[in-house]
Amino acid sequence: MSEPLLKLAGVNTHIGHYHILQGVDFAVPRGELTMLLGRNGAGKTTTLRTIMGLWTASAGSVEFDGHDITRWQTPNIARLGIAYVPESMGIFAGLSVQENLTLASRGGPPDESRLDWIFRFFPALKKFWFLPAGLLSGGQKQMLAISRAIVEPRRLLLIDEPTKGLAPSIINNLIEAFTELKKTDTTILLVEQNFHAARSLGDAVAVMDSGRIVHTGRMAELAADEELQKKLLGLSLDLHQ
Amino acid sequence: MTATGPTPAAVATTEAGDRRPEARLPEARLDKIPLLLVPVLALLALPLTGSASTWVTLTVAGLAMGMMIFMMASGLTLVFGLMDVMNFAHAAFISVGAYVAASVLLRFSGWMQEDNFLLNMAAVIPAVLAAMLVTGILGWFFERVIIMPVYGQHLKQILITMGGLIVAEQLIVVIWGPDMIPLAKPETLRGSYLLGEVAIEKYRVLAVVAGLLVFGAMFVVLNRTRIGLLIRAGVEDGEMVESLGYRIRRLFIAVFVAGAALAGLGGAMWGMYQESVSVAIGGQMMVLIFIVIIIGGLGSVGGCFVGALLVGLLANYVGYLAPKIALGSNILLMVAILLWRPQGLYPVAKK
Repeated sequence: MSEPLLKLAGVNTHIGHYHILQGVDFAVPRGELTMLLGRNGAGKTTTLRTIMGLWTASAGSVEFDGHDITRWQTPNIARLGIAYVPESMGIFAGLSVQENLTLASRGGPPDESRLDWIFRFFPALKKFWFLPAGLLSGGQKQMLAISRAIVEPRRLLLIDEPTKGLAPSIINNLIEAFTELKKTDTTILLVEQNFHAARSLGDAVAVMDSGRIVHTGRMAELAADEELQKKLLGLSLDLHQ
Repeated sequence: MTATGPTPAAVATTEAGDRRPEARLPEARLDKIPLLLVPVLALLALPLTGSASTWVTLTVAGLAMGMMIFMMASGLTLVFGLMDVMNFAHAAFISVGAYVAASVLLRFSGWMQEDNFLLNMAAVIPAVLAAMLVTGILGWFFERVIIMPVYGQHLKQILITMGGLIVAEQLIVVIWGPDMIPLAKPETLRGSYLLGEVAIEKYRVLAVVAGLLVFGAMFVVLNRTRIGLLIRAGVEDGEMVESLGYRIRRLFIAVFVAGAALAGLGGAMWGMYQESVSVAIGGQMMVLIFIVIIIGGLGSVGGCFVGALLVGLLANYVGYLAPKIALGSNILLMVAILLWRPQGLYPVAKK
């Protein structure tokens, strides 16, 4: 098996007086979609933000493709080819769809063929190209946020709860988009509360609880083991659908 | 694939690569109501002023004052929007700009007194450029030395920028002395253009033109360039801009320097308008500047422009009609606008 693309070893993160991550250890295999699961408050978002350099780890290391990026500044981490889609989506509401995507394309104007590829997943973005992103619906904003992350080829996508608060039809739309993305060998670390989405998309899985990783393995194994699901997540995946 | 709103089939009918929205779709529309407040205010004042000529004079004076306030305020609103910094020392940039311009103009006083527009401009333009250069450098120093250590700490920002303002004002006294410096307008910009019974002061016309040029330049930079796109995005969500790989700190410095230089330009223009320069020139304007950026919506250059025009016009109309309430009229305007739109005329969607 090849060396993982991303490795976290003993990562601790403090936010103010709170000790959120308390020794996070896990690896994200290349070319796979790794689900990061866990209850609310387990530390999933903090893990993504720590990888992205938005919060600095107080101990431990974050290694990306051989680079120790633990103390790197966020722009330098992004320039390695890591894209982040926060839970809040982080779209620029006053900028048009076009401007949001242009800004995300650091190498110049977005590549036309790449845009056409994105529009196959999210045709609404083409339709509302000149509309301020703040006027899009919640689902369309999420589509824009994900499109912004993939408007240029990236090596790692960090995506935080993309299906949160969305209608089932839009969730299916996103699942299809992620399925297509997986075919491009993009490595993805996806935080998700929707276990239907998690089960259908995940190759690997890491489960967090109280700021630690409590389980790592293959998603298929976790999906097949109801006892393990109950132990790790409190409920079986079927009950979460 | 299930799509929201449009179906893939509907979109497929659009030619590939053509990203123009269809006519029936909602379009981004400029909120014109705040913009309409300017002509509405002017028209409301028309019957009250008694004569058309007085009204024109007051309106041009108000527009000129508004444009100069806009020059001074636009940088501050961008700095607040982008960096979340409330810089009370902005007043120092205005004062220093006025003093530097005065120093240069005094050296060219011979050319200023000539009845030759080109010679006058040969004195005014270097004075204004020098004011912008010096205040730009001062802005860079302030950002690096005074502001940078207190990013994200609002109470400390207020204290340290107030302290910076006091130090800068005392340095002005050391360099230029405590006395007011008289500053004559260029000879060809003295007096008024007479259109029938209407007298329009020449310098005010110059101020309006200069303000429009500054606004136009800012509009083009903010809306037609990549750096402008970055600034607009940074005003909304700086963290996300960094997550896209842009070093926003460099943008902070550039905007801070540009904002300080614009304040210097505004100070130079205001000094010539007042025909005198004193240490308090910046501090006196700060109240109006704060009102303007709050009315406009913190971080909004368009809002700042409309707010500055409203403040300038109202100050002149009320100053003529009811001088006793002139001082409080702009505060009342701010209260009224905030009751109507608590985030200002053009609120910026901040994270």
